[in-house]
Amino acid sequence: MFSKVNNNIEERIVKAILFILALTSVVALGLIGFFVFREGLPFMIDYGIGNFIFGREWAPLQQIYGIFPMIVGTVYVTILALIIGAPIGVAVAIFLSKIAPPKVARAIKPMIELLAGIPSVVYGLFGMIVIRALIRELSHGPLSDYLPANYQTGYSVLAGSIILAIMILPTIITLSADAINSVPSEYYEASVGLGASKWQSIYTVIVPAAKSGIVSSIILGMGRALGETMAIIMVAGNTVAIPELGWKGIFSPVRTLTGNVALEMGYAGPEHRQALFATGIILFIFIIILNSVTLAVVKKKED
Amino acid sequence: MSKVKRNQWIAFGLLSLATAFTIVILLAILFYVMSQGLEMISWEFLTENPRNMGAEGGIYPAILGTIYLVGMTLLIATPIGVGTAIYLNEYTREGPFKRTIRFTTEALAGIPSIVFGLFGFVFFVILLEPYTGGWSILSGSLTGVIMILPVIIRASEEALRNVPNALREGSLALGTTRWYTIKKTVLPVAFPGILSSIILSIGRVVGETAAFLLTLGGSLLLPRTIFDGSRTLSLHLYMVAMETGNMDMALGTGAVLIILVLIINFTAGFLFKRLVKRFS
Repeated sequence: MFSKVNNNIEERIVKAILFILALTSVVALGLIGFFVFREGLPFMIDYGIGNFIFGREWAPLQQIYGIFPMIVGTVYVTILALIIGAPIGVAVAIFLSKIAPPKVARAIKPMIELLAGIPSVVYGLFGMIVIRALIRELSHGPLSDYLPANYQTGYSVLAGSIILAIMILPTIITLSADAINSVPSEYYEASVGLGASKWQSIYTVIVPAAKSGIVSSIILGMGRALGETMAIIMVAGNTVAIPELGWKGIFSPVRTLTGNVALEMGYAGPEHRQALFATGIILFIFIIILNSVTLAVVKKKED
Repeated sequence: MSKVKRNQWIAFGLLSLATAFTIVILLAILFYVMSQGLEMISWEFLTENPRNMGAEGGIYPAILGTIYLVGMTLLIATPIGVGTAIYLNEYTREGPFKRTIRFTTEALAGIPSIVFGLFGFVFFVILLEPYTGGWSILSGSLTGVIMILPVIIRASEEALRNVPNALREGSLALGTTRWYTIKKTVLPVAFPGILSSIILSIGRVVGETAAFLLTLGGSLLLPRTIFDGSRTLSLHLYMVAMETGNMDMALGTGAVLIILVLIINFTAGFLFKRLVKRFS
């Protein structure tokens, strides 16, 4: 009887401790939101939200803080990375889950995990030395007659997009393969049973059925590209300028929102620092929008 | 060949090509960094202090900094993460609380690491400076904890979910309490899965740079306590490549990083396989 009471007390204490531990992540998220907005929002309002977001000049020494070039840079690099990475990622996912013999798929999976595990600075270093040199061959070589001098270094939108495309592959591959694998195999069997070829069944039955999962994998990859910092700093050149319109733009050096924060935080004075927190808020808002889109895609499928 | 067959042939060809392309890229990165970097690695490289901002000498302080940071981060994050997972899986039913935690972990997982860095900087480095020592291993670890919590929570929950209910019922039927059942029956069975999640989160800390750039301080000195500033291997690679431009030193550090990641992935994969074997 006595020991039972003891146990009850222990049980209650343990439950209370576990409950508090479970609250940690909620508190952490709240603190992050609170502090980033507290540091950045007053500045943004003082400076004028429109001036901050659409200002084309960034000159902290003259108290000019316009992040429009960085917004353009971020969007440009991210979208180009998706154009390169998403088709490859989805193709690999289809190959691994529907075409490759199980043995081959099992051998490739750890490689995809390794691709996800390589630190972003290693991608950055590879990009800085190898990819940049290859692009420079092109921009400083055959294309040098058409491009302005600062577009010929190889540090460019293109270099950033290629590195980001490689970095988001594991996310897209893994999640798309999950989505494809969760389509009931009866769909496929029924389609083949009706006389459709393997590819026709994949293309017209499996992929449409897995569409929402594939789309959300691409959006998650987009989030990863948007938030990536180190690799992009190492290859994109970090010049605050809006790239030229047209094909020449992909050879232009750019700075992203994430890069802006990482590059300047080390030596920023008080007001400058607030401007960098405000940059963080814009990044935050981008991510919230993306997550809401993902939620909407998943919900639509459930309905 | 019929049109249908030809289309299939083309499609499968393209899909295989995409896969081959992905593998070639992975191998190219590994081969390039390893072949260039391994030449740099020697006993002196691993055990000596850097000279000239890291353009010469070794990487010993960065190795030590990485070990301290990983150790501290795991020490704090493991109880919180595993505790959260136990609470979610063993003590609650589906409901608003569980949904809130799930939403939170997903939101945390989606936040860019530089934003964690901003938060860690203003909260741990500036506001709590008297307790954390400003830019320090402790500030970096506390920031790292928040970053890896979602990984540990999710994977531990999964490991706990995979424990058959019959084990819990059997133990409870013998008259034990819930906590005793968890402690003696559920956790031992879920252990390999939880451990593999923790090891994977080591990979996350080792690979992370942006958040530590703003919280760790980047000091090249040997850290003596957790209140000292430091730098990790990733941070060292970045600073050497960007500030000194000595790519050979950066590649050497990169090779050490890749070896670390290979060991981490291999160990986690091995543990996970053992877990799967147990239940099949």
